[in-house]
Amino acid sequence: MTCLPAHTEKKLGLVIDLDTCVGCQACVTACKEWNTGGHMAPLTDVDPYGGHVDGVWFNRVHSYEHTTESGGRTVNFPRSCLHCETPVCVTVCPTGASYKRASDGIVLVDEDKCIGCKLCSWACPYGAREFDAEVGVMKKCTLCVDRIYNDNLAEEDRVPACVAACPTSARHFGDLGDPASAISQLVEERGGVALMPELGYKPTNRYLPPRPRGERAAKVDAPALEPIKTEGGFLGWIDRMLSN
Amino acid sequence: MHPAFSVVFFTTATGAGYGLLAMLGVLGGLGFIPADFWLGFVGMALALGLIAAGLLSSTGHLGRPERAWRAFSQWRSSWLSREGVASVATFIPAGLFGIGWVFFGKSGGWVAAAGLLTAAGAVATTCTTGMIYASLKPIAQWRSRYTLPAYLIFAVMTGSVLANALLQGFKLGSTAVLICALVATLFGWGWKLATWRYNDRLDIPTTANTATGLAGGTVRSIEWPHTEENYLLKEMGFRIARKHSARLRRIAQALAFAVPATLLAIICFLPWPLGAIASLLAAAAQLTGMLVERWLFFADAKHTVTLYYGR
Repeated sequence: MTCLPAHTEKKLGLVIDLDTCVGCQACVTACKEWNTGGHMAPLTDVDPYGGHVDGVWFNRVHSYEHTTESGGRTVNFPRSCLHCETPVCVTVCPTGASYKRASDGIVLVDEDKCIGCKLCSWACPYGAREFDAEVGVMKKCTLCVDRIYNDNLAEEDRVPACVAACPTSARHFGDLGDPASAISQLVEERGGVALMPELGYKPTNRYLPPRPRGERAAKVDAPALEPIKTEGGFLGWIDRMLSN
Repeated sequence: MHPAFSVVFFTTATGAGYGLLAMLGVLGGLGFIPADFWLGFVGMALALGLIAAGLLSSTGHLGRPERAWRAFSQWRSSWLSREGVASVATFIPAGLFGIGWVFFGKSGGWVAAAGLLTAAGAVATTCTTGMIYASLKPIAQWRSRYTLPAYLIFAVMTGSVLANALLQGFKLGSTAVLICALVATLFGWGWKLATWRYNDRLDIPTTANTATGLAGGTVRSIEWPHTEENYLLKEMGFRIARKHSARLRRIAQALAFAVPATLLAIICFLPWPLGAIASLLAAAAQLTGMLVERWLFFADAKHTVTLYYGR
């Protein structure tokens, strides 16, 4: 049923720290590696070694230059499904293939019901859904639903593959519906933001903005050095000799 | 948005088909048009043929068309599902009306009831089509108060221009239908101009700043996550050069509105068969122009995902 649950017991999601993300793409490859054998498998690649490489990915890392009055900085920006509270991608689905789980709020696609009409991808403002042209169905991030509840994995590994892979701990996983959870505290402390809040999709995932620039660091726009004064005496003679 | 031909053709053909079906249902059912067998047969075949061709074309862009039957299940939440249900449900009164009006040569009574129900179904189906687009928040050009009325206006416009061509072709021309076609064409033209004017001045609150959560200043894309075009860019990153857009708008206006309106205005003064030929030309020009208009409807629409790519 594509009607949304009025309430979800948990709001599982990700918090991504734009301050510490180095854009190494480890989360991207870890996601692809796990999910091409996981719940939504396969994550088809078309012409992988040819001139027109294309394929399905659940997680993509962009790089931006953010310029403000205090200067410019490079921001690496991982983009994936935000598991919204009001995911219109679910309600537009004509077949019931897309659904939001009442237990944990994860948005999933039942590949056996999907007709590949692509309307859900039009309804998602974030570009989280990608069509698999080979299989003919829509695919999306599952929040590694086959890892986070997987009793065969050690407890510390029961997190999404992207979170497990991140070498700078820029990715955090947890229940954003519980204000006492570590991840909610982190959002609170760092002023985490939702993406495109004006559209009203109420994303679960949060992004932690880069920390303000410290005063101790050298300023890029430091004043130019004073011209060297012409010295007299021995040092002046050396200076003149070397300048010739 | 990528203007896929299957969807451009689908919305144009079903719009014209449902418009003509509604005209025939009301006018034939209530006896304003005589229950002539060949007129009715050709008219109903044209209307239902356009609808069926459009619906078949729309399944052409599905990844798994063999599962299309599942699309009737989620009418509680999905406009696309409602469209499927409404389009199929309309075939029931349309079939009864066709049998009564075309084969039994009747009007009034149960045929009129079936005809009116057919028209109601046609209006409902056209509304669901319009709402599919009008409900999508990521595309500001579609999520406006212009979209739903446009689908209805253009269905009435193409439907009445087709109905006029049909009646003129059978030497049964009706001044009322002719005037309806002319007025609808002029109104449609005005509506399209108002829509373009609105879209060109659109102030979209969603920016690269709100898309990335980076407040203040400017956010410039310096590197994409991939070197080749991916699904998102192919499906939603379609861009049309402004100069082509302007030229195509002129072509659409000429074919869909100016030429048909001129032809319809002079038909009163033309003897048969010149009037019939002019009516057919008006319909052909308008349908071609509407294909261009619908292509632009997609090509000019900008999806928020393009913000992530600096487009």
